[in-house]
Amino acid sequence: MLRVVRRCYMWLTYAFFYVPLLVVFVYSFNSNKYTTAWGGFSLRWYKLLLDNTAIMDAALNSLLVAVSSATMATLVGGLAALSVKRYRFSGRNSMYAGLLMLTLSPDIVMGISLLILFIACKVELGFFTLFIAHTTLCTPFVALTVLARLAEFDEHLIEAARDLGASEAGAFRHILLPLTAPAVAAGWLLSFTLSMDDVLISTFVTGPSFEVLPVKIYSMVKLGVKPDVNALSAIMFVLTLVLVLTAQAMLQGKKK
Amino acid sequence: MEQAPVFELRGVTKYFGTTCALHSVNLVIGNGEFLTLLGPSGCGKTTILRMLSGFESPTKGEIFLQGECVNELPPEQRQVNTVFQNYALFPHMSVWDNVAFGLRMQRLPKNEVNQRVAEVLRRVHLEGMADRMPRQLSGGQQQRVAIARAIVNNPLVLLLDEPFSALDFKLRKQMQFEIKHLQRQLGITFVFVTHDQEEAFAMSDRVVVMNEGSIKQIGSPQEIYEEPENLFVARFVGDINVLEGQVTEVRDGGSLTADIEGVSFSLRTRREFSEGDKVKVLLRPEDLKVHLEHEQALEPPFFTGHIDETVYKGATVDIILTLDNGKTLQAAEFFNEDDEDINYRPGEKVTVSWVEGWEVVLEDEEE
Amino acid sequence: MRQGQLFRVTSIGVTWFWLGVFALLPNIALLLVAFLDKGETDFFIPVFTLNNFEELFSPIFLTVLWDTVRLAVASTLVCLAAGYPFAYAVAKASPRRRPWLLLLVIIPFWTNSLIRTYALILIIGAQGMMNKALMALGLIASPIEVMYTDLAVFIGLTYTFLPFMVLPLYASIEKLDPRLVDAAKDLGASSLRAFWHVTLPLTLPGIVAGCMLVFLPALGCFYVPEVLGGATNMLLGTFIKNQFLVANNWPLGAAASSVMTLLLIALALVYRTVNRRISGRERRGDMFVSGVEGGA
Repeated sequence: MLRVVRRCYMWLTYAFFYVPLLVVFVYSFNSNKYTTAWGGFSLRWYKLLLDNTAIMDAALNSLLVAVSSATMATLVGGLAALSVKRYRFSGRNSMYAGLLMLTLSPDIVMGISLLILFIACKVELGFFTLFIAHTTLCTPFVALTVLARLAEFDEHLIEAARDLGASEAGAFRHILLPLTAPAVAAGWLLSFTLSMDDVLISTFVTGPSFEVLPVKIYSMVKLGVKPDVNALSAIMFVLTLVLVLTAQAMLQGKKK
Repeated sequence: MEQAPVFELRGVTKYFGTTCALHSVNLVIGNGEFLTLLGPSGCGKTTILRMLSGFESPTKGEIFLQGECVNELPPEQRQVNTVFQNYALFPHMSVWDNVAFGLRMQRLPKNEVNQRVAEVLRRVHLEGMADRMPRQLSGGQQQRVAIARAIVNNPLVLLLDEPFSALDFKLRKQMQFEIKHLQRQLGITFVFVTHDQEEAFAMSDRVVVMNEGSIKQIGSPQEIYEEPENLFVARFVGDINVLEGQVTEVRDGGSLTADIEGVSFSLRTRREFSEGDKVKVLLRPEDLKVHLEHEQALEPPFFTGHIDETVYKGATVDIILTLDNGKTLQAAEFFNEDDEDINYRPGEKVTVSWVEGWEVVLEDEEE
Repeated sequence: MRQGQLFRVTSIGVTWFWLGVFALLPNIALLLVAFLDKGETDFFIPVFTLNNFEELFSPIFLTVLWDTVRLAVASTLVCLAAGYPFAYAVAKASPRRRPWLLLLVIIPFWTNSLIRTYALILIIGAQGMMNKALMALGLIASPIEVMYTDLAVFIGLTYTFLPFMVLPLYASIEKLDPRLVDAAKDLGASSLRAFWHVTLPLTLPGIVAGCMLVFLPALGCFYVPEVLGGATNMLLGTFIKNQFLVANNWPLGAAASSVMTLLLIALALVYRTVNRRISGRERRGDMFVSGVEGGA
């Protein structure tokens, strides 16, 4: 009896999560301009999006920022994880705490503080500032993903490699890299997702000449329900779905 | 042993999904006895324990606690407590709070709780540890807290689920002694689960040997060791030599003649056999008598063979030898102050027999 | 050895550089700006003042803060109340189904919150599914207007951040040794008391982590109230954003954001205390790793 209640509640919560997204997805194919009625299946809103150069430019900008900052965050986050896991140095705990606090820090605070830094240093707002901000946003996520992966391995693996004659770099290349590759790849994909989705930070550090998709979507959403926004939302959701599923497959895959 | 039973299991069967964990088990647990459920992992001993504690209920059959059917009685309403494997001490509570937990659940007055907790901590020699957290204790101390936490509730039965598995050898010996001592002092029933036969023998009044969800034998440690009822029990408890034979003549009074590994021996048994039956003859290593062939110390019948290896064990010497028909046997000899000369060399010819009447003859269960 | 040393210095150096220059330094700058005056033409001028903090005690800001904290606390509590049984159900599902159920939580966790907020309009809007369904069932005669009210913002925050609550809760419930609950029952605790004395205290780190992951972003997330609440009630996120992008009063915005930072630090300390009490040492980054790592 209790089990039935528990199961019902669980699926109701899942419905709560997914029904709104499903509705957006379905309405994105509605040929009717208003959401009040179903006017038949149509791809016209997707076509409209493709023809909207402002949106396409913003999307391209976003891809550029996402790819570059995800890559940089993977590099920095990977090195951060390595430092925390592999080396004993004073400040190691602070480094770990710093990474943790950075994930907790409200995005809006990260946005305004970086904005102050950029303005104080007279850096022009645009691609570069977004790249820095998104890298900072994603780095701790990569680091923590990789650390979680490293925690599953025997402490002595690297020592064993060194014992068998590998150099520090050799141990890194032959032992750590292959073992953490799935986590690193997953970290990249999740960083990419974060970057593509970020509104709160981008709002502050983007410049007028360099519009990114999330901020563009935000300005559209504020105006209420529009069929082309439905289509755009559907695309973004499917993109997230693919990225997250791939990342999870990577994290799960090699575990067996 | 003619005391009223505390627990009784009648025809208890347990299925987990489609896998059968217990087949129709009957078991009577007497008041005040130390009973051990012994068997390899997956034999059903833990399932029995979880039914006694109330975490599982039987698929079929009935469990009686002091004469009342408790099939559906939840664990919190049974006057039965458990010492869990790895102890399951509450990590967020001090030693004191762990031990007081059960009493507080009964909503006993505070001064009674304090008094009983203090008393039980003294009993397990943890007086000074009351304020420690479980993680600050050694394995042996944690073990004692787990025991104290259970016995403070004055249970009718104390269940112990492989309580020593996390301890090292020396501590294990000490805790075995302490628990046995405690059981005598408290006079309550202990039901102990283990896969270690030495542990089972050292502590128990009775041992229940289990395999694949059924009971293979119930008896005192001595009965189990010396009179195993089947090959599983014989092999599971200690080393044993199993010889193949065939009955050639049956006489009255439990005596028969059999051809064993090519040699004709006279055997004693309480079991019924008829001529031509295939039998297994079981002999413990320490029951075998080994002599150098040239000493001519044995009267026939005996086996002849040669020494493969001797292993020095301290109190005994283990001898591995091969009979002329190729069968390998294990023998154990105690050092004798007067006769220190049991230094066999590999390859030496020996004669082998056994102490008469110490053989166990079983019918050949087709394996 | 020299090569190894180089490698070590590079790893640690790059990490410290990035954390120092792009995380620590901006926050120090933010703190500094909060003590500066705003300029006529510049965003801030190097004149020390406490005016910005004084202004935080003005009725206008206190109203904003009160509305924000109230809504954030309410949605955190509802997320906790709704998320705990849900996380429990997922954690107690059969091991074969569990990774899939968890994946179904991870997907909304990573899905763009803005889009999820937008999707909510289609449900709770005047023309939304909820009104249609209620009217079709004959429960209401005319659409209920939820949009542009506190209720809408509350629903939005709860919907957006529920996955952030569930994942750390799941991680701590799943890690709980079921034998401890068995032990409590064995010692005479009913299911309810076993939950209260054992399950709840031992999953407290997950509860605190979940509350942090909901409460803190709920304070600063300006798009949920702006999209669902319209202009009726200004919340902290919008207030700060406006100081930076509209009113050009950066020092005041910076001072306002210090409220958030203080709350962050306070909650982080609570989390550490709770965690230490239970495990004796810090459990490394459970809360996020669960979100990213998921099926572990």
